Amino acid sequence: MSAPPSRAPRAPRAPRDVRRTLAPTVATLAATAVLLAGCGSSTPAADGTGQPGKSGASAASLQGTVTVLAAASLTESFDQLKKDFEAAHPGVTVETSYGSSATLVQQVNNGAPASVVALAGTAAATPLDQSMVKDTKTFATNVLEIAVPPSNPGAVASINDLAKPTVKVVLCADTVPCGKAAQATFAKARIVPNVVSKEVDVKATLSKVRLAEADAAVVYHSDVVAAKDAVTGVEIPSQFNTTLSYPVITLSDDAATKAFVAYLLSAEGLSTVQSFGFGAP
Amino acid sequence: MRYAVRWRSRVALGVPAALALLLLVVPLVALLLRADWARIPADLATPTVLPALRLSLTTTSVTAVLCLLLGTPLAWFLARSEHRATSWVRALLTVPLVLPPVVGGVALLMTWGRNGLIGQYLTPFGIQVPFTTVAVVLAETFVAMPYYVLAVEGAMRGLDPRLESVARTLGASDLRYLRTVGIPLVLPGIASGLALAWARALGEFGATITFAGNFPGRTQTLPLLVYVELERDPQVAISISIMLLAVSVLVLGVLRGRWLR
Repeated sequence: MSAPPSRAPRAPRAPRDVRRTLAPTVATLAATAVLLAGCGSSTPAADGTGQPGKSGASAASLQGTVTVLAAASLTESFDQLKKDFEAAHPGVTVETSYGSSATLVQQVNNGAPASVVALAGTAAATPLDQSMVKDTKTFATNVLEIAVPPSNPGAVASINDLAKPTVKVVLCADTVPCGKAAQATFAKARIVPNVVSKEVDVKATLSKVRLAEADAAVVYHSDVVAAKDAVTGVEIPSQFNTTLSYPVITLSDDAATKAFVAYLLSAEGLSTVQSFGFGAP
Repeated sequence: MRYAVRWRSRVALGVPAALALLLLVVPLVALLLRADWARIPADLATPTVLPALRLSLTTTSVTAVLCLLLGTPLAWFLARSEHRATSWVRALLTVPLVLPPVVGGVALLMTWGRNGLIGQYLTPFGIQVPFTTVAVVLAETFVAMPYYVLAVEGAMRGLDPRLESVARTLGASDLRYLRTVGIPLVLPGIASGLALAWARALGEFGATITFAGNFPGRTQTLPLLVYVELERDPQVAISISIMLLAVSVLVLGVLRGRWLR
């Protein structure tokens, strides 16, 4: 909306009065601005251990920036990979951005600058503009798990409890991989849960359980591991569960990008990813 | 020489002005150009669109009624009060105007959520606000009410204060004055306030998806559907966007004469 909520011409008033009217408005706006400024300070550089300067004295002496778009479920593991890689290659800055795989693929197709895309599940990569793809490798697997608040208000002990109409279940949207996988799992288990919301990505889904607004969410095992004590995991039996293979897709021929992908696929990189609850490729 | 100076200043002002206009207009044109006009009727008949449209229309209408019933008295108090606290209330009202809607959604969760300030007392009665249509209305009212109150307050301030004095000397109560004199005189202000608030509610996204979630038929309004459809079928998302754009232009048409002249 372009039209500001302007006031109609008012009766003439004393200037002192006008000033009195405006001062609190300005004060409130300033206070809001300060609050907002405080909110946006979590830049990727904040936790970078490596100095992304140009002192190229390191052994690899790689330079540049690697832009990594990764599925929301990879948030914690890729934050760690970024830290370790930057420490080993001081000349390289790794910029990470997380979102649902469906959103990331849309962003790349619409020209978002990305050197590497890591997606939840191979199916998510289908809509990706294949002419940009240089290389695709599988680096991890993940399975679904039920997350419940530590107090477990819905008394969820198994996937069958999600069939109870009193249990409020949050899933990922049908368009994103965790939503598709959850649909497949419920179909296999022949369960129709009481779904109250379909969130835009797996972390948004998990947050509804972290806030204890939902009784259960179907997320990835890795999300339950990453959330530590904030949620409790309830395993889904393997005959119902859905396993996703995570592909890492290289979109750039840049040396730093290749080094990052090589590091991810190295024994050290894979063990980092697996320490966050992912399975071996 | 004089002409040269005049032309130079014309260009110095004209170029940024044209750029500003392009920045605003080109995205709208791009949306129109990318639309597959022949497909729009079929796209709007997608099974997900009708529930979202119905939900958007009902929730925004309820929001407009809430603004009318609750916002009009507030606007009146703000317009007539000379008290120091009034200006602080007005300042508080502007906060939701500038607050990122997603922050509003978090604040609403902290209020009405299962463990929220008010929500914790509702939980024992089996009432849960998040993920319901009520939550959508609360989110829309949170972002839309300030527009309505500020618009109506402005209109009420424009009234001749002598009208109220005369009504009072004739023995009319506040309620009677408002019913017979005040509100009829500010009807145009109320109408444009409602249109603004309704349009803002229709466009609400951040607070809704944070607080009310996203479920077809229950909390998935048109803007949420646009977001989800963009990942499934971008063409459907564009078609819905065109519809929302048309509605916005329509509302502007209603407001014409009040803010555009």
